Order: sequence, then structure tokens, then C-alpha cells
Amino acid sequence: MLIEIPQSFWLYFIFFILLMVDGLWCMLATYNLLRMLIGLEVLMKSVTFFLIVAGYLSGRMALAQAMVITVIVIEVVVVVAAAGIILGFFRKNDSLSIRHTRDLKG
Amino acid sequence: MTLMTILLVLLVIAALWASMTTLLLRATIALALTSALLAVVMYSLGATLAAVLELSVCAGLISVVFVSVISLTQRKPFKEYVTRRLSRLSRFWPLPLVLMAIGLGLSFVHVPVQIVLPLPGGDGDVRTVLWNLRQLDLFGQILILLAGVFGVLVLFKGEGKDVD
Amino acid sequence: MISDLLLLVPFLALIVLNLLPKSARVTPFVVCLLIFLAQTTAAVLKPFGLIDWSFTSPLEKVIGFTLVADNLSILLFVTTGIAGLAAILVGRATLKEPRSRAIFLSLLLVALIGINGIAMVRDLFTLFLFVEVTSVAAVILVTLREGAGGFEGAWKYLLLSSVASVFMLASIGFFLLSAGGITFDQAAAALAAPAPLAWVAAALFMCGLFVKGAMIPFHGWLADAYTAAPAPVSVFLAGIVTKATGIFALMRLAPSLLPASAPGREILLITGALAAVGGAFLALGQSDMKRMLAYSSISQMGYIVMALGGEPSLALLAAGFHFFNHTVSKAQLFANAAAVEKRLGTRDMDKMGGLAARMPVTGATAAVATLSIAGLPPLAGFWSKLLVVIALWNGGQRVFAVIAILTSLVTLGYFLVLQRKVFFGKILPEWESVREAGAGLLVPVIALALITVAIGIGFPFLLPMLLGGGV
Repeated sequence: MLIEIPQSFWLYFIFFILLMVDGLWCMLATYNLLRMLIGLEVLMKSVTFFLIVAGYLSGRMALAQAMVITVIVIEVVVVVAAAGIILGFFRKNDSLSIRHTRDLKG
Repeated sequence: MTLMTILLVLLVIAALWASMTTLLLRATIALALTSALLAVVMYSLGATLAAVLELSVCAGLISVVFVSVISLTQRKPFKEYVTRRLSRLSRFWPLPLVLMAIGLGLSFVHVPVQIVLPLPGGDGDVRTVLWNLRQLDLFGQILILLAGVFGVLVLFKGEGKDVD
Repeated sequence: MISDLLLLVPFLALIVLNLLPKSARVTPFVVCLLIFLAQTTAAVLKPFGLIDWSFTSPLEKVIGFTLVADNLSILLFVTTGIAGLAAILVGRATLKEPRSRAIFLSLLLVALIGINGIAMVRDLFTLFLFVEVTSVAAVILVTLREGAGGFEGAWKYLLLSSVASVFMLASIGFFLLSAGGITFDQAAAALAAPAPLAWVAAALFMCGLFVKGAMIPFHGWLADAYTAAPAPVSVFLAGIVTKATGIFALMRLAPSLLPASAPGREILLITGALAAVGGAFLALGQSDMKRMLAYSSISQMGYIVMALGGEPSLALLAAGFHFFNHTVSKAQLFANAAAVEKRLGTRDMDKMGGLAARMPVTGATAAVATLSIAGLPPLAGFWSKLLVVIALWNGGQRVFAVIAILTSLVTLGYFLVLQRKVFFGKILPEWESVREAGAGLLVPVIALALITVAIGIGFPFLLPMLLGGGV
């Protein structure tokens, strides 16, 4: 590899936590459906990063890569399904805000 | 400050930009940038196949999906965006400060962590692992792609009718 | 070999059904019925030794699936078969458009393969993958009806389900670091040797499963998703999907991953109790029929989780039996709700009343199911609740046993409210001309009610066999 790679678990763990907090905050602090999806995406990327780091530090990169490839496929399907739901929601309620639903209460 | 640390800091900054920006198209671009940076990080750690997939699929396909959804749901006049900005800011401005606090705080903590030792014979090739050992995973991927296809059939048609 | 077939036969059917020409309309339902029936029969006959599950064929050289079907898997096979049969029959009566029918059946088959996979895998990541397959198929099934609230319910389900997946993946990362691998045995070994990383991993995985299984305080998605989904989807969701993606994995993992006296058992007990009590009280104040049934599901699933924290030798038996009974009764109740909704056009219980005279079969079977879930003898639910209480009492968890008994009273309470509002009382003038539901909806409810009564009466004969076979 061209760059020097630190071996410390804690460094990678800090960045994993930072990314996770960023994604969670984004998902929780917004009323817009699309932005919630962006927060979810950031969350999934954080966990992808963590899986690769776990594979690197434990020497099991092949297993970790196989898992990450599957996770990326899942990510794509989830985004496509979420986009479809957002479109349907928009057509029904004419707004992308979760405050504007009229139907389910209680 | 190794190059890897700089890359990771850039990654977090890009993700921060994706969460905090007010215009959705900019958020999509920021998300694509995050994916690209993540792919570079993964490549440097040795995960070449996963990095390529992340770059092409996440920075490519997902951005296309996002942009098409944004263009199909664009309705409001621009004035509303300006008034929205201020309320957004009130909910989001603590985020960078919180992140820096967590980062600095955690870097002073030290928890001894026991990690398992690498296998003596090396791990093997990704391709062998994926095709020979984890065939169930491949089957599962096919299944979830099929579910996605049916999802597209259900959700992306024209004006639908009520079912019952 | 049969374990591979359980995954491959529905897969083949899925492909074939989608390549058929448009003219073959009736066949898809029959094919799916046959698949679910075959699965149930094969699973029921296995413990009696009537079907040999271990025959091999040349196909095994090509397909190397690492699947193991043990007694716990059989529980899931039988339960899924029954829930699927009910859902297909309700779907036949409720969904009229051929396109919706085709997509409903296809997604049902995908979910079936996912659940069969969950029953048989030996590996944490593959378990996560099949849980995800089932969840995504269920989310898309919820959106089949584009009417009231369908998209909001599906959105909440998808979002919370994906957050749960993130937790489970993070847990797998921690297991990779501390155990060097992700099979069940490696994870159990890492937990037995005191490894703090493995403890964090197990806690995260359990949190993910609690969200998927709608335990309180992660239950926010369940009521909206169940209520907004079309009728056959609600039957299938309540019948098996939530239990399979969340609770079943706990049943599989808890005995091996959590040693007997660890804080893990405390977590199971407290979470289960919170769900049981919280779900029951939340159900009391509901006026929408399906919403009340949804909160009731949360309460009953809390019972199953509580049972897992009881005495180890009885815990799995009690949890498994309650698992089965809840599927039978809840699927039937949602089918009844579908019949009522179809004839009346509303789910608001305050607007109903006196339907027992107009819809006698629906009323009678609903009474059987509600009494069974509330735990009245000699119905099946009484025996399974008794087993749960005994498992808790013998395990030294006296307080939780008392909580279980008291919650039964609240359960009886809200179900009596449902019966009174919907079936008894004066009949309103607008419902004078309501007829009983059609044969398509009556066949599943009668069959399910008969199963409940049969198991209830025959349980004393069943018990020695269950104890002897063991799980």
C-alpha cells in the first residue's frame, strides 16, 4: 500500500462513532423524508467502514470483503425501496414532510 | 498525522456536509463524495474489490436514484427554502461541536482491547471465500435483488388505483 | 437435502410463476397453496420419522449450502406454513386485481424463502442477510394498498428496520474482532471466554433483534405498519414475519449465547415484561380494530421473550408453544378483522355493534381466538400461558411470573372491549343489511379456530411427546 496505515483500533473506532452520530442526528433532527434517507445512508456507510476495519485488524479481509459486498447490495435495494415509498408518499400527501400525514394517529 | 487520519477526517467532514446542507441536490453530491472517500479508505486498507463496488454502486447508482427522486418531488417556490433554512439551522448547528467534543473526548480515553490474532496461513482470496464458502450469501443477494425488482414494480408505476 | 429443497422449491416456483403467460390466472394461488401445504406436512411428519430428511442427491455436489434443520427449525416451518396458508386464502378473497395478486404471491414466496433461511442457518451474517430479505419483502408488501397511511407505515417500518440492521452489522464487526469468525459456535466460544468486545457485540445484536421484533421502546413502527397494510399482508405480518425476524433469532441464540446466570437473562426478562405490559395497556385505548390487534401482538411477543428468561429446561418449550399459538390465533383474528372491514367498510369499533347476529361465524371464531389469547381453559392459549408462568416460577423469577398473570387480566379486558364493541350490543341501522363474510374468508378462520380448540383439548396428550422430543 502506498500510505502508512495505523494499527490502532481506537483511532478507527472514534471515526466510526463520529460517522454513526452524524447519521443518527441527521435522521432524528429532520422532518423531510429524503433527508432521513440521507442520514440512513451515512449510517450504513459508517458500518461498512467498521466492517472493513474489523477485517483489516483481525487479518480476515476476505471474509470482511465478502460481507461488505453483500451489505452494499442490501444498501442499494433499501435505497430503491425507500425512494419508491417517498415517491408514493409525495403523490398521496403532496409533501415530503412527515408532519403532513393525515391518517394514522394514536 | 498520517495520511490515513487525514482521509478519515475528510470522510467525516463530507458526511457532515451531507447532513447539514440545506439544498437536497448538494446533499446528494456530498453523499457521493462520502462514498468516494470511503472507497479510497477501503482500498488503502486492502479491500480492493469492495472499494470498487462501493465506488461504482454507491457513488454512482444511488446518486442517480436520489437525483431522480428529487427531480420528481420538486414543488415549492424558492422563498420557502429561505424561511426553512433558519429553522433547520437551529436544529443542526450543535452537530459539528458535538462531533468534535466526542472525538477529542474519546481520544483521551484508553480502553485495552483484545483483538483475535490473524490466521497463520493467511485468509484466502475473496473470490474463493465468496463463491465456495458463502454460497448462501450469494443466494440471499439474488433474493433481495428480486424483492427490489418487485418493489420497483409496485412503487414506480404511474397513478395507481386503490386495491381494496 | 430437504433443507436445501425448502429454499430451492419456492425459488423455482417464484421464477416459473413470473414467466407464465397471462392466461393462467387461477394456477398461481394453487401452486403457492401447495408449496405451503407441502412445507407444513413435511415439517409435521419429521419428528414421527415418516419422512426421511437426510436423503442426498447429486445436486448436493453443485450446491454447497451450510444448512441445518433441527427441532427449532421445524417449529418455524410449521408456523410459517400455517400463516402462509391463511394469508393466501385471505388474499384470494380480498385482492381482486390480477397484478396485485401476482406481486403479492411473488413477494410472499420471497418472504417464505427468507424465513426458511432464518430457520436453518448457522452463521450470524447469513442470519442477518435472510432477516433483511424477509424485512424488505414485508415492507414492499405493506405498500400494496395505496390507500390510507400505507406509505407512512411502510416508511416507518423500513427506516426502523434498517437502523436495526445497522446495529446487527456493527455487532458482527465486533464479533469479527473478538472471535475471528461469525458462526454461532465461534461467537459462543468468544462469549464464554470473558471478552468484553464480545459482550458489546451480543448486546448490540440483541438490540437489533428487539427493534425488528417491536419490543418496547422500539415498537413505534408496528401499529402503523399492521394497520395500514392490506388484509392478507396484515395476516402474514402479524402471523409470522415480526416473530421470525426478531423473536425467533432470540430463541435460537439465547440458550447458546447467554450463559444461565448472566445479565443477558435479566435483559430478556425486563424487555419481555415491558413489552407484555406496555402492549396490553396501549391496546386498551384503541378504537381501530386492527390497531388494537397490533398492540396485542406486541404484548404476546413480550410473553415469548419473557419465557426465554425462565428456567432453561422449560424456557424454549414454553416460548415455542406460545409462538405457535399466537400465530394461529392472531392470524385468525386479523382474518376476522378483514371480514368485518370488507363488509362494513370501516375499522372504527365505535361505529360498530351487534354484528354477532349478522356475522355469526366471524363472531364465534373471534370469541374462540380472543379467549385463547387471554388464556382461558381449555383452549390452547391457556396451556401455553401456563407453561410460560411455570417456566418463570421454576426459574426463580417470581415477580415476573406474577406480572405475566396480571397482564393476562388486562388482555382479557381489552379483548372483552373488542367483543362488546364489535359483536354485542345493539345493531346500528346502517349495518342491518350486512351479510356474513364469503366462503373464501370463512374457511381459514374456521380451520384456525378448530386448530386452537383441538390443541387446547388434546394438550395433555401432546405434552409427554413434546417433553420427550425436546427442543
